[in-house]
Amino acid sequence: MIWNEYIECMDRERLAKLQSERLSAMVQRLYYNVPFYRQKFQNSGIEPGDIKSIDQLKQLPFTIKQDLRDNYPFGLFAVPASEIVRVHASSGTTGKPTVVGYTRRDIEIWSEVVARTLTSAGGGKNDVLHIAYGYGLFTGGLGIHYGAEKIGATVIPVSGGNTQRQLQLMQDLGSTILACTPSYALYLAEAMTEAGMSPDSFKLKAGVFGAEPWTEEMRREIEGKLKIKAIDIYGLSEVIGPGVAAECMCQNGLHIFEDHFIPEAVDPKTLEVLPYGQIGELVFTCVTKEALPLLRYRTRDLTVLNPETCECGRTIVRMKKCLGRSDDMLIIRGVNVFPSQIETVLLEMSETKPHYLLIVDRVNNLDVLEVWVEVDGQFFSDEIKKLEDLKRKIQHNIESTLGIGAMVKLVEPKTIERSEGKAKRVIDKRIIK
Amino acid sequence: MIIKQLSVFLENKSGRLTEVTETLASAQINISAFSIADTSDFGMLRMIVNKPEKAEQTLKAKGISVHITDVVGLIVPDEPGGLHRALEILSSEGISVEYMYAFSLKDRATVILRTDAVQHTVEILQNHKLGLLKTSDIYEV
Repeated sequence: MIWNEYIECMDRERLAKLQSERLSAMVQRLYYNVPFYRQKFQNSGIEPGDIKSIDQLKQLPFTIKQDLRDNYPFGLFAVPASEIVRVHASSGTTGKPTVVGYTRRDIEIWSEVVARTLTSAGGGKNDVLHIAYGYGLFTGGLGIHYGAEKIGATVIPVSGGNTQRQLQLMQDLGSTILACTPSYALYLAEAMTEAGMSPDSFKLKAGVFGAEPWTEEMRREIEGKLKIKAIDIYGLSEVIGPGVAAECMCQNGLHIFEDHFIPEAVDPKTLEVLPYGQIGELVFTCVTKEALPLLRYRTRDLTVLNPETCECGRTIVRMKKCLGRSDDMLIIRGVNVFPSQIETVLLEMSETKPHYLLIVDRVNNLDVLEVWVEVDGQFFSDEIKKLEDLKRKIQHNIESTLGIGAMVKLVEPKTIERSEGKAKRVIDKRIIK
Repeated sequence: MIIKQLSVFLENKSGRLTEVTETLASAQINISAFSIADTSDFGMLRMIVNKPEKAEQTLKAKGISVHITDVVGLIVPDEPGGLHRALEILSSEGISVEYMYAFSLKDRATVILRTDAVQHTVEILQNHKLGLLKTSDIYEV
């Protein structure tokens, strides 16, 4: 099902024209309303009327997360404070939080793109949407909420926490679509088994999962345990929140709602724009947003863009499931390591649950990587030999994937803390300068 | 003739073993025999108890990683070469022993054997007229 067929299936040439018009207007707004961007334009000799086509996007300056921090809290807003109707903020793990704002029109745009997201996952007015994303400053809960109301679904705004009650409500109220982080979906599935509840006693048919990286194997596990279709959704608060891109039922890439958010893939080192099909850092330009229209915002997410028409009929560009995040990237003995690579290794072996923890430390000036892996009940062996074989196999597979050695430690199930929000997968004990 | 043994995966942390024994004690479960195999960071506790199913459920409820494994209980003739003869038979039949441990039950020397073919082991030992533990020797009905 397609919420906005006119846009989502638009001829690509026409779409480029629409994007060009919107980009041109955006550059003018930025020039006149945001001193930070005016300065950048002046430094590179760009006049407000110069930008007429999206082909010129590559001439424009980038925006990075640090720019938002430097202009904390409202320095990059392009409208007067009286026009702001909502503020969200991301957790500031490294200093101050990132604050984002919305005008009334921005909230409408957000509801529209989330409506497209949910429709794409098979949602409609007959659905009961269980929203277990956190409500509050985090964009997940309220973002999905408004889109769900827009499509006319029945919204259950549970927010995070209290897993037992979540299961009870889902069962009693007949929830058909679950919205939460993929790690929480797995957590719910486990809690369901432990409580002796069968997935057949639920009416769930789909889940929209995002806000953290997850693998195809994790998808298969969620789909198998909850007996649902697990749809990957993508978004970030700097761009708008959930609703930037979403998979359709084909589950073959996430459709980016590029009439609002123009994507580019760039080489993270040279910042050159890469042709379609090449892996690069995802960059977004928010051409319609009023309060915080970021120009060429570097997401740090690595992906591949594909402009081919999807089997579902949508013509808008697709991005591959995120292939890693440079923020999560660890540099261990000079090698780039993404936690998702280790997750993939573990899941491919199917002898372990995707519950793992990476501990990086520095011993005698040398980086050491320790990987804690929980031993799955089903593949439990009471022979030391087999457990040690398992350990060696994990060690070997990690080494051949990452190119660096790791110490594997088998731990009892439930040793590693389960998070109800974003999963904590890494403990870095190294003291950095 | 197949005996149900409890196998518990334990990390090498102080208090883990006590947690298991305490749980079984409070559930009124008797441990007839046990052995621990250990490595540098984890261990495997193997036990013969009087109520294996109940013990498994109780331990699971405590979040302890426990499974039931089939083993054979061999009553060893109390004479020189008693154990040797039994092992020789298994070896000549191509059965390999994964692990074994001894205990005494009602003054009889008994060996718990885990082999790569448990049912087959039972048949071979019975054919050679060797005494095996019956479930009724250990379990409470």
